[in-house]
Amino acid sequence: MTLRRLSLRTLALAYLGAVLVVPVGFVLYKTFKPGLSEVWHSVTTPDAVHAFWLTLQIAAIAVPLNTVFGVLMALALVRGRVPCRRFVEALIDLPFAVSPVVVGLSLYLLYGRTGWFAGPVADTGVQILFSMPGMVLATIFVTLPFVVREVVPVLRELGDEQEQAAATLGASHWQTFLRITLPSIRWGLLYGVVLSTARALGEFGAVSVVSGHIAGQTDTLTLLVENRFQNFDLAGAYAASTLLALMAVVSLAAMTLVNRREETA
Amino acid sequence: MRIRIISSLVVAAAPLALVVSVSGCGGSSSAEGSSGSKSVSLVAYSTPQVVYDQIIPAFKKTEAGAGVSFKESYGASGDQSRAVEAGLKADIVAFSLAPDVDRLVKDGLVSPDWASATPHNGFVSTSLVSFIVRKGNPKGIHGWDDLLRPGVKVVTPNPFTSGAAKWNLLGAYQHGGLGYVSKLIRDHVAVQPKSGREALQTFTAGEGDVLISYEYEYTTAVKKGEKGLELVQPRDTLKIENPIATTRAASPAANAFVKYVLSPAGQQAFADWGYRPVDPATLARNKSKFPDPAKVTTIAQLGGWDKLDKDLFDPESGSVAKIEQDAGVSTAK
Amino acid sequence: MSSVSASLPRRRRRTSYGDAGALSLGIGMLWLSVIVLLPLAALVDRSLQDGLSAFWSAVSSRQAVAAFRFTFLIALVVTAINAVMGTVIAWVLVRDNFWGKRAVNALIDLPFALPTIVAGLTLLALYGSAIAFTKWAVLLAMLFVTLPFVVRAVQPVLLELDREMEQAAYSLGAAHWTTFRRIVFPNLTPAIVSGAALAFARAVGEFGAVILISGNKPFDTQVSSVYAFQQIESGNATGAAAVSVVLLLLSLAVLIGLRYAERWGTHHDA
Repeated sequence: MTLRRLSLRTLALAYLGAVLVVPVGFVLYKTFKPGLSEVWHSVTTPDAVHAFWLTLQIAAIAVPLNTVFGVLMALALVRGRVPCRRFVEALIDLPFAVSPVVVGLSLYLLYGRTGWFAGPVADTGVQILFSMPGMVLATIFVTLPFVVREVVPVLRELGDEQEQAAATLGASHWQTFLRITLPSIRWGLLYGVVLSTARALGEFGAVSVVSGHIAGQTDTLTLLVENRFQNFDLAGAYAASTLLALMAVVSLAAMTLVNRREETA
Repeated sequence: MRIRIISSLVVAAAPLALVVSVSGCGGSSSAEGSSGSKSVSLVAYSTPQVVYDQIIPAFKKTEAGAGVSFKESYGASGDQSRAVEAGLKADIVAFSLAPDVDRLVKDGLVSPDWASATPHNGFVSTSLVSFIVRKGNPKGIHGWDDLLRPGVKVVTPNPFTSGAAKWNLLGAYQHGGLGYVSKLIRDHVAVQPKSGREALQTFTAGEGDVLISYEYEYTTAVKKGEKGLELVQPRDTLKIENPIATTRAASPAANAFVKYVLSPAGQQAFADWGYRPVDPATLARNKSKFPDPAKVTTIAQLGGWDKLDKDLFDPESGSVAKIEQDAGVSTAK
Repeated sequence: MSSVSASLPRRRRRTSYGDAGALSLGIGMLWLSVIVLLPLAALVDRSLQDGLSAFWSAVSSRQAVAAFRFTFLIALVVTAINAVMGTVIAWVLVRDNFWGKRAVNALIDLPFALPTIVAGLTLLALYGSAIAFTKWAVLLAMLFVTLPFVVRAVQPVLLELDREMEQAAYSLGAAHWTTFRRIVFPNLTPAIVSGAALAFARAVGEFGAVILISGNKPFDTQVSSVYAFQQIESGNATGAAAVSVVLLLLSLAVLIGLRYAERWGTHHDA
């Protein structure tokens, strides 16, 4: 155990402790303080159950879509020829710099009653705002960059010799991708998906503006947390937050497990 | 090979996800919400949720309410108003202050004479701007002037992040005009939370000596189990008036519901949670809960919302905006 | 087989995906346009709705400028701290081994999964009395919500990193720090910049956690996202859109600048 290793470890853990572990521990403490049965009751109310499923649904749509986009864009950016590459890369990061309330505003401007697409929306009868599609759009917006950003550095780090070799040996693009590229970017891809999932679960601001707050119908878990907080049900708010944290940890554990099994397969 | 399966699943999931999302809107949205005559969409501001949770089941038991389905939405008053403007379906809107309803008149969603459509000038409940202090009133707060005593820390929500927060500062304004408001904000208000409820939570978490709030906030908080709070009613204050209106596209069931809300039965539910009923009979019956201060000013007496919004609360040129900015400059390091 | 990217000349690369690459790019750009560019275009349009002079007065007011300054200052500080600490944490999580490491690794993403209001509440309750409603509170809130970015960006690269060069350097007598600086760091730079760019963008746009803990005082601790929110709530959507557009342009500049720094990092080599 060298001094260097120990001091690095201490630095990392101390920082994580102050910024992450203590706050999360506090949330857990506040959640379980009223007792396990209270917590169970909190997370099994009809509203909570519906919020749980809605959150899951939205994440299940937004994350795969952004994953596909992310991998495609990453491939194009690193292995392909993209004009103004740096500009495009900066554009991909931009969704983050938009504050959530403004995301909501811009979606109003597009799909609202007096928005750019108000006519087509009314004609097809598909409800975008204040319904699931709008919430999915908002979630996709705020989780867009993750997979790209995770996969690009990994792709850059690995050279493309193997891919070139496969091409000269006659492999099709799809085969090259499946057999060579995908396995090598697995960790980047995994973390990108995990981050997207976590963010999709925890998104509040933008989804709040486009959800319409219809009780029992368009409340995700984060909106439920806010609603409970508003109604003096702090224990319930913390319980729902812990549920969110649990979902994030489970998704990480599940994906890591799948990844490790691939490695040893 | 597992990689193949998993990656194929990912790629297959994408178009599937698209299909699900388009068809999924049939599930959790109801575009036909307000077109059925037996359904009511209520869009309200957040605090009376407790009241409507009581009223709606009671209404469903009446003859007029049998078989009526409800969709309720609660959120910050301004946000809700803007959502309806952007297309949120609503049969009934119940906001914190009249301008949030007037916004919908401009777009033709609510008829311009909404205020005369109901017997009490379009209002469903009233309240008073009051103080909430720590139990025992350790700082001895009894009136607006006490807030300006040295060392008194005041919590009040920011009127520019919450329309409903304007009530609080207007209470201060009716007492001592802009001079008072200026001293208050500059020297005594350390923190201005985003909304009224958040201000209450901040106060109960230990911040500040006195919270400028509404009478019903205290009653609701106590009923919900908050301890350590005490209500102080200054002898001169502002009357808060909360509007209710039906939209042009409202269903007949919606009109029946509004009638019920304004009836003694509905009004009693409001009284239970600390809101002053507009129905005089119900108010009289609950008089013990609602003592009257010596002097109560109304928005009309101050010049009306249009004038107040323009003069005081315009974010660039309003007097309160300037006061806030000056206060910020003096505290900015 | 991986290679140190600095030695791979970029121009020579013939795409191994050829026209499939073009299709990928096409789909990607379409997605980007519908999801991102379209809303942003609507925003720009709205900000100019009342004319150029209204736009200018909205973004040049004293309060708006103070908010811009504070936002960017804080975001840059947060990004710098994250770049350093994120790399350290990623290093410790990949190269080190201690009891509870897997648990710590699982916790890293939690700042994302927790709704920002909970983050704000928690930080307020924990560190409240010491720093509540000050610049430090805002800093802490932003550090919390941007923690995972650099860590998760560097981790996968570190995992894929070929140790041959490092070992060669050690066997030739190089000290740890030199090896890190000359061999490892250049390979990590794209990842660090990637993560830092995200952290910066997120810090600029962060709203939920900050508004609770910052006390909402104009000028002193007001970030642009809160200022834009105030404009919306006060009925001045044009002003909010204008401020957001300027914020986006400034962020775009910083993000592009970071990409150039990345280029410098990978070429700056012995």
